[in-house]
Amino acid sequence: MSRFLKLALLASAMASPLAAEPLGLGRAATPEEIALWDIDVRPDGLGLPVGSGDVMTGDGIYTEKCSACHGVFGEGTGRWPVLAGGQGSLTNARPVKTIGSYWPYLSTVYDYVNRAMPFGNAQSLTDDEVYAITAYLLYLNDEVDEDFVLSSDNFAEARLPNEEAFKPDDRAEVEFAAFKEDPCMSDCKPSVEITMRAAVLDVTPEETAAKAAAKAEEAQAAEPTPEAPPAEAPAVEVAEAPAADPALIKAGEKVFRKCKSCHQIGAKAKNRVGPVLNGIVDGPAGAVDGFRYSKPMAAAAEAGLVWTESELSAFLASPKGYMKGTKMSFPGVRKEEDIAALIAYLRDASE
Amino acid sequence: MTDENQTGPSRRAFLTGAGAVAAGTLAGRASAQTDPAIAIHPWMQELGDGVDAAPYGMPSPHEADVKRRTVEWLTADPVSSINFTPLHDLDGTITPNGLCFERHHSGVARVDPAQHRLMIHGLVDKPLVLTMEDLKRFPRQNHVYFLECAANSGMEWRGSQLNGCQFTHGMIHNVMYTGVPLRLVLEEAGIKPEGKWLLAEGADAAAMTRSIPMEKALDDCLVAFKMNGEALRPEQGYPVRLVVPGWEGNMWVKWLRRLEVGDQPWHHREETSKYTDLMADGVARRFTWEMDAKSVITSPSPQAPITHGPGPTVLTGLAWSGRGTIPRVDVTLDGGITWHQARMDGPSTPKALHRFYYDFEWDGKPLLLQSRAHDSTGYVQPTKNALREIRGENSIYHNNGIQTWAVDADGKAENVEIS
Repeated sequence: MSRFLKLALLASAMASPLAAEPLGLGRAATPEEIALWDIDVRPDGLGLPVGSGDVMTGDGIYTEKCSACHGVFGEGTGRWPVLAGGQGSLTNARPVKTIGSYWPYLSTVYDYVNRAMPFGNAQSLTDDEVYAITAYLLYLNDEVDEDFVLSSDNFAEARLPNEEAFKPDDRAEVEFAAFKEDPCMSDCKPSVEITMRAAVLDVTPEETAAKAAAKAEEAQAAEPTPEAPPAEAPAVEVAEAPAADPALIKAGEKVFRKCKSCHQIGAKAKNRVGPVLNGIVDGPAGAVDGFRYSKPMAAAAEAGLVWTESELSAFLASPKGYMKGTKMSFPGVRKEEDIAALIAYLRDASE
Repeated sequence: MTDENQTGPSRRAFLTGAGAVAAGTLAGRASAQTDPAIAIHPWMQELGDGVDAAPYGMPSPHEADVKRRTVEWLTADPVSSINFTPLHDLDGTITPNGLCFERHHSGVARVDPAQHRLMIHGLVDKPLVLTMEDLKRFPRQNHVYFLECAANSGMEWRGSQLNGCQFTHGMIHNVMYTGVPLRLVLEEAGIKPEGKWLLAEGADAAAMTRSIPMEKALDDCLVAFKMNGEALRPEQGYPVRLVVPGWEGNMWVKWLRRLEVGDQPWHHREETSKYTDLMADGVARRFTWEMDAKSVITSPSPQAPITHGPGPTVLTGLAWSGRGTIPRVDVTLDGGITWHQARMDGPSTPKALHRFYYDFEWDGKPLLLQSRAHDSTGYVQPTKNALREIRGENSIYHNNGIQTWAVDADGKAENVEIS
């Protein structure tokens, strides 16, 4: 073999790794190994394990493992993510992007809870626990009733409300023509003015004296975003007190389960996180003995606020929108008929 | 000794001062006579540290202020948070590894490379398990790329908020990666014809996942294990991460442990609830992967004021595009009435940071500084208001609008918006 040919062969041997031919590196993955790591779930249900979980089981697991960060009602604590509510807020100045208001697919909830939650103890939940928590999150977002059971059989039927609002990146069509124009180089405008200054806001972190100021800002920034103002909340038309409708009261009792972790009502009721609710309908605000109300609620009480059905409806629709600073962290009852039922129950259970 | 030390400098000061009488101004002479820095300093006489005093070198203690910083109020917990590269303190185009901004979703995974495996499965001919040793036997390449978080400048959508380009633009870094083309790793497993998407997953407690179209995966992505010549830093994905050039940083999955080939995207948390751009009408854009052309003046800027008074001044900054190179940057000193082409300098490759300079004589009057990047596709960086007209103010991500610094007569700079 000539020296030239040897060199040519050597060169082709050296080049071969860049061709599509496999190098024979690594080893085959076994089905068991793949099964252990392959946890992802897709919107079409691919990857979903067999299993099921119901809302009430999910409530228990959620309260124990999730509520410290995400709040009892999915309202979020501090700067931790809000999980429920926010419906109709996506065009507001401060949109609240939750599973119910923003996420397009339920599979994403299952997948994320399964892979990354609880925070600090990832991949510790059983499949059924993940189903139960997912079911409870649907319930917190008013997508299902409290007797709902989520399972691998009915998962594909579940649809989140905002699915259709997602579309592919269209920057090339919508923006590029305008942003590819030859820009002006001289005499581009007659004059220029400063319209906004960061120093006015003063949220820049500093490692010196300004740290305290930044802390104060943090507290302010961490304050929950106000929901839609009460003026925008659906006003419940209650012309006159309707005669007690047993079906309505019964429906209200179901809605009241959302309130039960904080409020009691009836003869043996005691103040808990929230005050006793006996006589709340048409009663004076901030009047329960032994309960420490928030400053805004105490002020409203002093100003003579009475919980008429219309005031109470507005409050229940959006507690924080109705009264900024209220201790009630509950995000609000979304459906008008649920509010009406709840008020009927509150009136009835007080007697 | 002490006497000598004291007489030495004063004699020198006297001599220098005498020379200055003829040539310089009175002020110049006075400062030269009294400049205590013209002295015999301890480091001119005492022996310094020998080798190995710092087996892994550290910057001078006088550079202690050059560091990553976080904004505490941004997130709930530092374990799931971000810090920022001090762009105002750097020059050239390469970011030192210890200053590359960090973003974690469940903290820095402490991965033992001997226990680390990369699995490739799904729609492939031969599902594979690779060790780090296996990975390093593939033909490897070196490329310089920027990595920008999609949320970089996201706090500025509603207006100027943070004083410092570290905070407004510091979710970016630029290093030379050494790694294996992702294409080679995928071809080793053999992609089936219906394999159109790739799911990349990390080994941290967030098990970060992103869906990547196969076209991109086979184009220029790398499975990287070195940055600027040394092993990846743990906070950057040690021992191995994905490099997705020009695309939003969240896709560059750190601590890469799994690649699954599929026929559809997965629509996981990061690509649905996060990293989608909410428009003013409530519609959300998804799969907004490429980072638009962008630039920022790093000095003068709020953390790097002009301290020398009127006279020759060096203005400098960085520009980049996820779609190519930056052939040109314009700068303005008067808020956009007149623009000047900046001088491009330093090594520049596609999807990497580009350094620009504009050397000018400052007359001591207030300035309104802006920079405007042009990329190799003809795209010109828009104003923030031009972006807002199309996207509203709720997008959070992909804010590549033109940044303004107002410099006052003292040389102090502030983040502002202008008409």
